[in-house]
Amino acid sequence: MYDLIVVGAGPAGLSAALTAYENGLKKILVVERDKEMGGILNQCIHNGFGLHLFKKELTGPEFAGRFIEKIKETDIEIMLDTMVLDMDKNKNVYILNTNGYKKLSAKAIILAMGCRERTRGAIATPGDRGAGVYTAGAAQRYMNMNGYSVGNKVVILGSGDIGLIMARRMTLEGAKVLACIEINPYSAGLRRNIKQCLEDFDIPLYLSHTITDIKCTNNRVSKVIISKVDEAYNIIEGSEIEIKCDTVLLSIGLIPENELSKEADITIDERTKGPVVYENMETSVEGIFCCGNVVQVHDLADNVAMEAKKAAKAACKYILEEKTFVREIKVEANKPITYTIPQKIHLPIEEKVVDISFRTNKVLDKCVIKVTNSNGEVVCKYPREYVIPAELEKINVPVSLIKDEQNSITIYIEED
Amino acid sequence: MYDVIIIGAGVVGCSTAYWLSQYEMSIALLETHNDVANGTTKANSGCMHAGYDPQPGSLMAKYNVEGSLMAKELCEKLDVPYSNDGSLVLAYNQQDRQTLQELYKRGIENGVKELYILDEKETRKLEPLLSEKVVGSLYAKTSAIIDPWQYTIALAEVAVENGVDLKLSNEVKAITKENDIFTITTSKGQYRCKYIINAAGVYSDVVHEMIGEKEFTIIPVRGQYFLLDKNEGEKVHLTLFQCPSKYGKGVAVCPTVHGNMIVGPNAETVQFEDLATTTEALNYIKERSALTMDCINFRDNIRNFAGVRARSDRQDFIIEESKSVKNFYNLAGMASPGLTAACAIGYHVIDWLNTKERFVKKENYKETRKKVRFKDLSFEEKNEMIAKNPAYGRIICRCEQVTEGEILDCFNSPIPPQSIDGIKRRTNAGMGRCQSGFCGEKVAMILKEKLNIEFNEILLDKEGSNILMSKAKEGDY
Repeated sequence: MYDLIVVGAGPAGLSAALTAYENGLKKILVVERDKEMGGILNQCIHNGFGLHLFKKELTGPEFAGRFIEKIKETDIEIMLDTMVLDMDKNKNVYILNTNGYKKLSAKAIILAMGCRERTRGAIATPGDRGAGVYTAGAAQRYMNMNGYSVGNKVVILGSGDIGLIMARRMTLEGAKVLACIEINPYSAGLRRNIKQCLEDFDIPLYLSHTITDIKCTNNRVSKVIISKVDEAYNIIEGSEIEIKCDTVLLSIGLIPENELSKEADITIDERTKGPVVYENMETSVEGIFCCGNVVQVHDLADNVAMEAKKAAKAACKYILEEKTFVREIKVEANKPITYTIPQKIHLPIEEKVVDISFRTNKVLDKCVIKVTNSNGEVVCKYPREYVIPAELEKINVPVSLIKDEQNSITIYIEED
Repeated sequence: MYDVIIIGAGVVGCSTAYWLSQYEMSIALLETHNDVANGTTKANSGCMHAGYDPQPGSLMAKYNVEGSLMAKELCEKLDVPYSNDGSLVLAYNQQDRQTLQELYKRGIENGVKELYILDEKETRKLEPLLSEKVVGSLYAKTSAIIDPWQYTIALAEVAVENGVDLKLSNEVKAITKENDIFTITTSKGQYRCKYIINAAGVYSDVVHEMIGEKEFTIIPVRGQYFLLDKNEGEKVHLTLFQCPSKYGKGVAVCPTVHGNMIVGPNAETVQFEDLATTTEALNYIKERSALTMDCINFRDNIRNFAGVRARSDRQDFIIEESKSVKNFYNLAGMASPGLTAACAIGYHVIDWLNTKERFVKKENYKETRKKVRFKDLSFEEKNEMIAKNPAYGRIICRCEQVTEGEILDCFNSPIPPQSIDGIKRRTNAGMGRCQSGFCGEKVAMILKEKLNIEFNEILLDKEGSNILMSKAKEGDY
């Protein structure tokens, strides 16, 4: 019997395992499906990692390395090349590797499986289906892990960060990136990536556009047709532009991977596609916690690692201490906020503040984020210069202000 | 020199090869593409129709019903996913109810067993999530679903094991005949034979006219589909057709043997193999499918695809000796229910050949095939397999839980895959919700190693579909 099993050795899993160890857990197992630790960071050879956590600009592998080095000094058990095939709410985990198929049990579990990329099917982009259409992450893997480039003349659909990073990466490798096409009137990627990956290389960004046809010649992409869309995302006839290219990279969003969570009957939030969590990152199943992109898609690996620390501390508490809370309240969100993490808060708790993060589906300038109690009274407010969909917004709510609440608090935004 | 050459390794050609390979004769199977099952066979609903739809007395009726009865046992023998859950034809009004009665009568006349007319309550009991508009149905218990490409690959694999020469990447360019011997010239070489079986799908008229008179015309009819995540697959249990009306045959909503939901097709005439999907057609399918089920979440779509049915200018299958070329047999116009009928059509080809000369059954031949599907094994069986071969303990495709062992197995099979999609069709790797985002690279590298090819020769599917173009720059270290 393990104290803790961590599923996944990416930034979330590594940070969680290390924090749990530092907080006194003895028998910790990390299960990783890949042949090495680090998760998706291993293919993220660009810099920009670690600015918050280590006050230093690192590449993805360097960022992962910081955790891996420390973990190697502990007696945390690592199982590589091992896949968790099944899990149940009694905290049994079924693992598969070349030694066999085994059932393992733990007092607590931390889920850190990350996310996957949305595919062409998710947005039903019409056209031919030859070679030349890849998700940006898959192309990144070919490039950075195998040393192969997927194409020479590239159009990027979607302005997610991986797509932007790949625009720069492929340009540096000698490919011509012809355009980045974004259906929304705003970019889905971080502002710094728009600047450093598109603008610095004169790659045009077409906002409010989408690909309306992909044409192949001899079973490989030969051109795309892009069209402008109106505010309701309807295609504007006559706005077609033809771009000759051999490659389309898709950077159209990420989806938390929770097939395993569903096996353990964990409640999933349809908005985030991740588990419904409490302020301590506990899921609807007691003793199963989660962190990182399996919960919500983060902008920065630094934030993933921080969230993992929170989950790990809570898992330690769950195993080592008596629980303090007796009730729970809901966190509600009003438009244009699309969801909040956490969705629920345990009360009473020892912590002084509760972090609440969320995204909007609208660009807002000069605005105030407000939190109200169930009587509609504003309990706290947070002015912001701007709130944009591409950046995860975060507020710290003092527990003292909500400690008597019985039902729910609501988060909303007012523009000045 | 062969006794028989079959042109086209789709389900009809492979079924013919499967059955003929049980006889003492030499056979070649020619295929344009680098794999079997790569045309109409790979892009359809995967439905094995019961047989109430075709007109009584037609070839479609005869072979559909016979094929439907044969398929279950054949799939067991070939270890091919097959699920006999039945189908419903849904009625929306009084006129539809009358149509159901006609279909019922037609089915009985065609010899279809276990057909039932159901009222609304009985219908909803079988399929609870139907739209409010449904008022009744025709229930065909013998209707089934299969994996069409695994079925065809299995037929071809057994045929090859029985001695059939499969010639992939051999596009037929010309056919001549001298002293009762045909010479077929392909993109790769020349082959001679006494009998030709033309199973060239959408190109069967073109192939026939390489030597014969114009006797029929193929009118390719494209059908587009949505393939949805397994989450959606849970919503549907039976193959759901809409009552044929003045708006056409309607859009079907079906489960797949893999647990997904498939929605489609529409029908539109196209040029040969135009397999593009279009916004108009996809929107039409979405809209029409709501009549069957209005709770389908199309955000959970994982793939769109299109297939081309080889419909002919006759209303029926064309299963006959060419009128202008002796010893040249056409198996053409295999529109729906072609997949269902294929096994029965192939089974009877020997009857014709035996009117010309006498072919006897071999003393020994294979008719079965086994395949490891690791995911479906029990806890103990999984461990036994890993003990024998540790590669079964390594998951390559996480969405469909396909192991490295299963992928390596295909390279030891009678028809090793030549492309990433070839592996997909044999193992399901890459068929899941991430659509090979994660495993594509792993599968590609296995393919590169096993075929001993360069990175820029790795194919996604057909020739020309190379996935990698250049090497990354070497860095300064």
